[in-house]
Amino acid sequence: MSLRFHPRVTPVLLGLLAALGITPAAMADGDQRRVPLLPKYQQECAACHLAYPPGMLPAASWTRVMANLPRHYGTDASLDPATVKALSTWLGANAGTYQRVSEAPPQDRITTSSWFVRKHREVAPDVWKRAVIGSRANCAACHTRADKGDFDEDNVRIPK
Amino acid sequence: MKLSAVHRSSFLALLATAGLACAAIVPAAHAATPAEQLAAYTAQAGAPAVPARGQQFFNTRQGREWSCASCHGAVPTQAGKHASTGKSISALAPAFNPERFTDSAKTEKWFRRNCNDVSGRECTAAEKADVLGWLMALKR
Repeated sequence: MSLRFHPRVTPVLLGLLAALGITPAAMADGDQRRVPLLPKYQQECAACHLAYPPGMLPAASWTRVMANLPRHYGTDASLDPATVKALSTWLGANAGTYQRVSEAPPQDRITTSSWFVRKHREVAPDVWKRAVIGSRANCAACHTRADKGDFDEDNVRIPK
Repeated sequence: MKLSAVHRSSFLALLATAGLACAAIVPAAHAATPAEQLAAYTAQAGAPAVPARGQQFFNTRQGREWSCASCHGAVPTQAGKHASTGKSISALAPAFNPERFTDSAKTEKWFRRNCNDVSGRECTAAEKADVLGWLMALKR
C-alpha cells in the first residue's frame, strides 16, 4: 500500500511549513525583486529582448549600458536623449542592491554574473545551442513566465 | 417638427466637421501612413523608388555580419527572429502588419539603428524609399 496523506493533513503540513517561514515561493527561486516595469522600458528595450528585471544588474552596470546604447552588445540601440534620461533614472532607482548583484559582472552582462552562472550550472553546454534557445539572453525560451518577471524554477520548461 | 429635425441634422453635421477639423489639426505624434512616408523619402531622394533595388538591399550583406533579412527574414511577410537575442519580430510588410510604418519618428529611429548595424552608416533617402517601396509591394 502506497503512502498517502489524509486529504486534511496536506493543508496542515503546508501551514506548518509556512509557520517556519518556508513558503513555496521561498522554496523555489522567489528571491528576485519584482518591480512593475516602466511602460517606456517595456516599449523601447523589449522590442529586441526580454525586459530584463532592473534588479539583475547593479546601478554601475546600468549607467554604462545606458551611456553606450549606440554600441549595445554589438548593435546600435541609440535613443533620443529624453528617453535615455527617463530610462536611466528608472533603472538606477531599481537596480540590484542585494549582495549577489552588488558586483558589476564582466562586460555588464547579466549572463556573466556569478549568480547567473551558478544558477544555470546544471544546464549542459549543448542545451544552450538548441535552435529554439540560441542565446543565454533568451530567458523566455525556458523561463515561461519571464516576461512577467517570474523566474521561479517551477515555471521552467527546457525546450527540446 | 420638420424644422427641428433639419436643425438637428445640420447641428450633427457641424459637430462631425468640427471633430474632423480637430483631428486634422492635432494628429497623434508623427502619425503617417506608409504611402505618406514613401512620398516623403522619394521627394527627399528626388527620384521614384525602385522596389527591386530595395529587395536586393534588404537581402544583401553590406560588409557587416547581418543583412536586414538576418532578423526580418528574406520576405518579411511573417514574423522574423532577432539574430542575437532570438526574440520574435513581427512582420514588417504593412499589408501583413497594419502597425508597421504608421509613425514616422519610429520609422526613422529603426532605419537609423538598423542601417548602422547592417552597413555601418545611415541609409540614404533613396535606399529607404526603395526598401519601403518593396515592402509596400508585398501583398496578401
